[in-house]
Amino acid sequence: MAHGTAQQQHPIGLYFKVWGLLFVLSTFSYLVDYFHFHGYLRWGLIITLMLLKAGLIVAVFMHMAWERLALICAILLPPGALLVLVGLMFAEADYTFLTRLSFFH
Amino acid sequence: MSSTTISAPHDAPDAGPGGLRQLIADWSSDQKAFHVAWGKAMMWIFLLSDTFIFGCFLTSYMTVRTSTTVTWPNPSHVFALNVGGSEVPLVLIAIMTFVLITSSGTMAMAVNCAYRRDRVNAAALMIVTAGFGEMFVAMQAFEWSKLILEGVRPWGNPMGAAQFGSSFFMITGFHGLHVSAGVIYLIVIAIRLLRGHYDRTGNYQIVEIVGLYWHFVDLVWVFIFAFFYLW
Repeated sequence: MAHGTAQQQHPIGLYFKVWGLLFVLSTFSYLVDYFHFHGYLRWGLIITLMLLKAGLIVAVFMHMAWERLALICAILLPPGALLVLVGLMFAEADYTFLTRLSFFH
Repeated sequence: MSSTTISAPHDAPDAGPGGLRQLIADWSSDQKAFHVAWGKAMMWIFLLSDTFIFGCFLTSYMTVRTSTTVTWPNPSHVFALNVGGSEVPLVLIAIMTFVLITSSGTMAMAVNCAYRRDRVNAAALMIVTAGFGEMFVAMQAFEWSKLILEGVRPWGNPMGAAQFGSSFFMITGFHGLHVSAGVIYLIVIAIRLLRGHYDRTGNYQIVEIVGLYWHFVDLVWVFIFAFFYLW
């Protein structure tokens, strides 16, 4: 066999812990809506819980934590470009919003 | 020494011919950046490109939501269900989230079984994962029907900003398509695993590759849940 099978074999308890943690975090993010949190508290909680869940899925379930740095960099760095896109589009959307306010209202 | 040996790069293994064959030789020879099976590297690269597709969807959603002067429909109310006479916000979406996380867990177990070369349990867990995926798609279909009945269309809706419908159908539709494709992918691989297709080479890594795809679908849902349903 060309590829080591033992490479990504991890204790099953770890999966159960992450599984449970994902349930807890999802419950928390649902409760953010249920208790009607508003403003920065709401957005901060949503983003934090989202990043924690995403991190757990990528690191443990997708085994990224045990991959070599070459693969980690190749996969995780390029999406950073999306942040630039988000920044640009937010500025653009804000401008469109102000233009609409002054011309259509 | 002939002129061909001088012009050929000295480190290429068989750089005899030029042109297309040389190109193929350069890209297919033993050069390796990622020390994982090629199937796994390719799945990761596919998922990276998919990240950009969903990234663009969510960014355009942010753009239309930020730029509209009309009030955005409150997802907490739009996706609420009537349970026993009282309105529970986002309840179906929460159940869908839990179903998808459960399926991610069973998928992780399937990968674990495959590494222990437990063929039958790995296939069974993959079928269970596909079942949860199918359940998710069914609930998604219910959600779509409910919203369509309430008059939500890609070009407008009675609750507020017209862009709500187009964003909703585009983002959740594309995600649902990924889940459906994943269900088919899981079932195909599970059947091949059960029939001993991978015992010829003795390599069960395909299960981990399916797992990558499935976890990615769950990962995308985490972002959709946060930005579309909770924001």
